[in-house]
Amino acid sequence: MVYEESVLKRLRRISAQLRLDILEMIPPGKVGHLGGSSSIADVVAALYFHHMRVNPKDVADPKRDRLVFSKGHAVLAQYAALVELGIVDRSELPKVKTLDGVLQGHPDMDKTPGIEAVTGSLGQGLSISVGMALALRLDGSDSRVYTVCGDGELSEGQIWEAAMAADVFKLDNITAIVDWNGIQATGCTAEIFGIGKLADKWNAFGWNVIEIDGHDMVSILQGLESAKAHKGQPSVLLAKTVKGKGFSFAEGKAAFHNAGLTDEQFAQGREEMRKMLQEVDA
Amino acid sequence: MSRMESLRKAYGEQLADSGANDQRIVTLEADLGKSTMSCLFQDKQPERYFQVGIAEQNMASIAAGLALTGKVAFINSFAVFATGRAYDQIRSSIAIPRLNVKICGSSAGLSDFGDGKTHQSIDDIALMRVLPNMTVLSPVDAVETKQMVEAMVDHDGPAYIRINRNDLPVLTDGNEPYYIGKMSRMRDGKDVVVFASGVMVSLALEAAEQLESHGISIRVVNVSTIKPLDTKALASYCEGMKGVVTAEEHSIHCGLGSAIAEALGSSRLPITFLGINDTFGTSAKNYDELMERYGLTSEGIVKKVHEVLEA
Repeated sequence: MVYEESVLKRLRRISAQLRLDILEMIPPGKVGHLGGSSSIADVVAALYFHHMRVNPKDVADPKRDRLVFSKGHAVLAQYAALVELGIVDRSELPKVKTLDGVLQGHPDMDKTPGIEAVTGSLGQGLSISVGMALALRLDGSDSRVYTVCGDGELSEGQIWEAAMAADVFKLDNITAIVDWNGIQATGCTAEIFGIGKLADKWNAFGWNVIEIDGHDMVSILQGLESAKAHKGQPSVLLAKTVKGKGFSFAEGKAAFHNAGLTDEQFAQGREEMRKMLQEVDA
Repeated sequence: MSRMESLRKAYGEQLADSGANDQRIVTLEADLGKSTMSCLFQDKQPERYFQVGIAEQNMASIAAGLALTGKVAFINSFAVFATGRAYDQIRSSIAIPRLNVKICGSSAGLSDFGDGKTHQSIDDIALMRVLPNMTVLSPVDAVETKQMVEAMVDHDGPAYIRINRNDLPVLTDGNEPYYIGKMSRMRDGKDVVVFASGVMVSLALEAAEQLESHGISIRVVNVSTIKPLDTKALASYCEGMKGVVTAEEHSIHCGLGSAIAEALGSSRLPITFLGINDTFGTSAKNYDELMERYGLTSEGIVKKVHEVLEA
């Protein structure tokens, strides 16, 4: 599939804006999950602003596609998208993780419009998605379910229970996306609990496996289209990403999994995102 | 002697009946359907029955997803696995967002007498009762079980029902409407009130007969909704009593007795608790023998009544 340059340019612009919004939620004095939120930002932009069926005027529209952040800690990327879609008011960004805000530390469907499930305790989002996909199929709906998992999260056994169930039930209305950034809370995933050979594992569990570059918009869009077109089995996109992508001081560093930023880092991050926006617009 | 009936069969029959009339109802099973009797739903509504294999955690979260998409999801397993194995999934995926997932803990308490401590639930009420948004039900007989299943379908939010594996005496006639929160007086008396749940209610009624011949009159109350506890009814049943006894087929900690003690709080009434005394179960050749081993008998209740009167 070939995409028009205007489409790609728009999505790249949104990606940079999402990263800027993510940064705005972690001003000096606050702590936040910068690394895993920015590694998935391009995929989130592609999903919400191109690929998924989204109705910002009615977040409960039964025809909508669902996005479940199984790696709930990276929800800042989703909050940024909900703000850009106008579902959440921009004034909420500075109030994230405060008593007065609607944006909780982890996804809370009661508090935040557009959030589809409660996640945060890792490993449960793919199972929740299996339930959604079963219900949609029972109802004869053609809506799809998208689930973002972390690569570190894959050490939760329940992920593989859900993977088996999606295979047994032949749920081709699910697309899982693994944010394969290679780094988890305390270090490199390969060193902490290196489960390796991800493609072989998902294949063995009965999934259609598609490997993509999670920062290349064409690769992301093609992967999503290919998964949607695939019938008879669930699909997983193994998205190669860089933790902290876009912020030079944070890229590839576990220290920015959940961290506070110095005044200098915050200013630098803003500058880098502004520059990226200018480049896209140029 | 009241006739004996199976609560789990009643559960399965009502689930199948309710499912025939309500397309929202789906049932999930973790390979114990012939024990939990969810198989009766499977027979009638195979397209809305999901066998998830031996994976209780996955089952709970899948049910959350179904509920998020408009379904009323019943999940089934033995009480130990339904609550303990899937605790965090129930907490995070189901209880926090108050989803329409109904949890059936079958073979509850000591009722799976042969299988021993890994299969006997002495802690399921505790685990479910501590969760905000959760409703906790413990039916007294087959008739009330059916009424409860109907009420669970209508209830907006999560609910847990613990079901005995063995046939129990039928003590209610179903003529009175059931509602969640209901607490029923099964026998009146003037000296001591016994608050009991499940199998302990019929044992309390037996104890009442024994005590009557000793000139002690006890009121027996069936507390089949453990949460939310009807504290007003509780207080009114305590009025004029010399003491309170609680009786449950569950650990003495954090179950029915604890719930009642919390509710009575500042009351000056003496209270004694009958339950499993901070220990796991064991295998036995039959249910009565096992109940006797832990003192969960009419004699055990009689003893507690004497204790509270001496307090």
